[in-house]
Amino acid sequence: MVRLLDKRLIFVTGKGGVGKSTVAAALGVLAARHGLRTVIAELSSQQRIQRLFDRYGPGFEELQLAPGLFTISIDPEHAMDEYLQVKVGALGHVLASSRLFQTLAMATPGMRELLSIGKVWELAQLHRRTEGGATYDLVIVDAPATGHGMGLLRTPRTFADIARVGPIAHQGRTIAETIADPEFTGVIAVATPEEMPVNETLALCQALEREQLALDLVVLNALYPVRFGPAELDQLADALGRSRSPMSRSALRAALAEHARARTQREQEARLKAGVNGRLIELPYVFAEQLGSGELAMLADALGAGLGGRRR
Amino acid sequence: MSVAELLAGKRICVCAGSGGVGKTTTSAAIALGMAARGARVAVVTIDPAQRLANALGVEELPNQPHLVEPERLAAGLELRGQLWAMMLDPKRTFDDLIERLAPDAARAEAIKANRVYRELSSAVSGSQEFTAVAKLYELDQEHRFDLLVLDTPPSRNALEFLEAPQRLSSFLEGRGLRALSRPTGLGIRVLGRSASPFLAGLRRVTGVDLLTDLATFFQLLGDMTRDLNRRATEVEALLRADTTAFLLVTSAEREPIEEAIWFHRTLEHGGLPFAGVIVNRVHHDLLNGTDPQDLRPALRRLLGAELAARVAENFDDYHVLARRDRRNIERLAQALGEEPLLLVPQLEQDIHDAEGLLQMKRYLFASASERARLLADLVA
Repeated sequence: MVRLLDKRLIFVTGKGGVGKSTVAAALGVLAARHGLRTVIAELSSQQRIQRLFDRYGPGFEELQLAPGLFTISIDPEHAMDEYLQVKVGALGHVLASSRLFQTLAMATPGMRELLSIGKVWELAQLHRRTEGGATYDLVIVDAPATGHGMGLLRTPRTFADIARVGPIAHQGRTIAETIADPEFTGVIAVATPEEMPVNETLALCQALEREQLALDLVVLNALYPVRFGPAELDQLADALGRSRSPMSRSALRAALAEHARARTQREQEARLKAGVNGRLIELPYVFAEQLGSGELAMLADALGAGLGGRRR
Repeated sequence: MSVAELLAGKRICVCAGSGGVGKTTTSAAIALGMAARGARVAVVTIDPAQRLANALGVEELPNQPHLVEPERLAAGLELRGQLWAMMLDPKRTFDDLIERLAPDAARAEAIKANRVYRELSSAVSGSQEFTAVAKLYELDQEHRFDLLVLDTPPSRNALEFLEAPQRLSSFLEGRGLRALSRPTGLGIRVLGRSASPFLAGLRRVTGVDLLTDLATFFQLLGDMTRDLNRRATEVEALLRADTTAFLLVTSAEREPIEEAIWFHRTLEHGGLPFAGVIVNRVHHDLLNGTDPQDLRPALRRLLGAELAARVAENFDDYHVLARRDRRNIERLAQALGEEPLLLVPQLEQDIHDAEGLLQMKRYLFASASERARLLADLVA
């Protein structure tokens, strides 16, 4: 089996709010530590990655976050201009500046997804088409939430089927083949130990299987620690009954409530583990006012430990 | 401020926000609260958790509102009004729309079999957003309800909800593409030898067969595009009406808050009727200004040194989150100015069931004094 960091393109997907960007960023930190020239591509133009690293730039161009680590925000309109210029040359300028063409192309179902994934594919090429574009060892895609993420992965194939001939069909087929190649492409699903994210991850496993794509890794993110044993819970409940101090009572109730949450999470964890066959890495809940480089380094450590072993 | 005040005089409430912030439960809790106050309310949910779906009974009737028996949610629960709930089926809503607008059944079938339509009505291209609004419009036209509450699809970002329907409508209306469908017009020329560099370019980029499918699709749609166009205008007007309220739902974490700020700005910018923000899962400060260090001796006496240390550590961690939440909420409040902000605490129960629904409703509909009492209960 190809090791995860030996691939050239990794999609990180999962339900909204589970920490996809955080996991993509931590994976980027880990890859850069291994000496891989890495770029994290964001598809939602929300600059989450930039915020996590507290480094800000225009976005549609590659921005350096740390030594060997870059980010780029992919925007379909921008990708369309680039594509037209590479593909159709001088005519590209005419088309790109035609409002009618822009509207039609952008409104064509799936076109935005195709352009986004096309740009991702371009980033992962050894010989970049973008003028002056340097080669990356690894492209990590902070992909849209599960439903849309799956759509994104499927788009090139769909286009190849619909268009059948012509440049889009050709391009679609090339990208689809790249995505289907497990040596080249990997998919990571991020979940939190809650009902809906676990449901979506299990559904994603099946959807990927139908598309004959493999899920390389499930990251179970933000797992609460179980701090107390069963006998200790009785002690806590007993102390809550005896204590008169509002402060102590607050602390005891918080302990019981957070413990209940941790237990519920363990049920969801078990459900997830039973449903996904393959690798699963757990990341702890980060109790921090704001995620910064320290927290990302810690999460990168945890991912590294979970992935195990040294790279070839 | 309670949700009841925010929704006074409103006929439509759109709950928007990023994924994973409790939007579906919040929508259902709002509908329940308004029904308790005497309104006939229908809530359109997109993808409810299984237990919430069971509690609301939305799987019993496909794509249509279904009357929720209050007893189903809690023994002895009484509502002065009525709560109706449904789960959106995007494909079916799209098909229904085509069937309604098509001049005859044969045309409807032909459209539904067209490859471009099949792609269009699949989950990918914003059809959830398009059909959510289409369903809202349809229910509004029926005048069966006093209030419609719409849960919005889990888009890549909240704005997608506003943009996707427009994109889809502009595709359906696309004048340039419709020209393709005229049997003697551009269509033939495009498919044959192209006349202009523009069309040559379009063909070179998209591939001929895609154009053939599109041409067939628009030929089939024919006059229906006019109706679709008219509906799109009416839907737009409905979303902008002053009887519509956009409520933003978020959690207190950084990214959803950033998105809520951004979305609020977009709504204001677009002149859409914004009503307020609901912040879920807030970790309230339980310290009340006391120094947590003072707590340790008392805990040690109760629990012994080792267990007391872990309880204190848990309390400290909780307050890291309380400080995080406060900081994010302050940022949100600053961006909102005078706009209403409603906080719902991190609830002990899982919110994806009837009990969670009732708890959330209590917070959303509490008067100022009730709210103060509920929060005081959290502390002592």
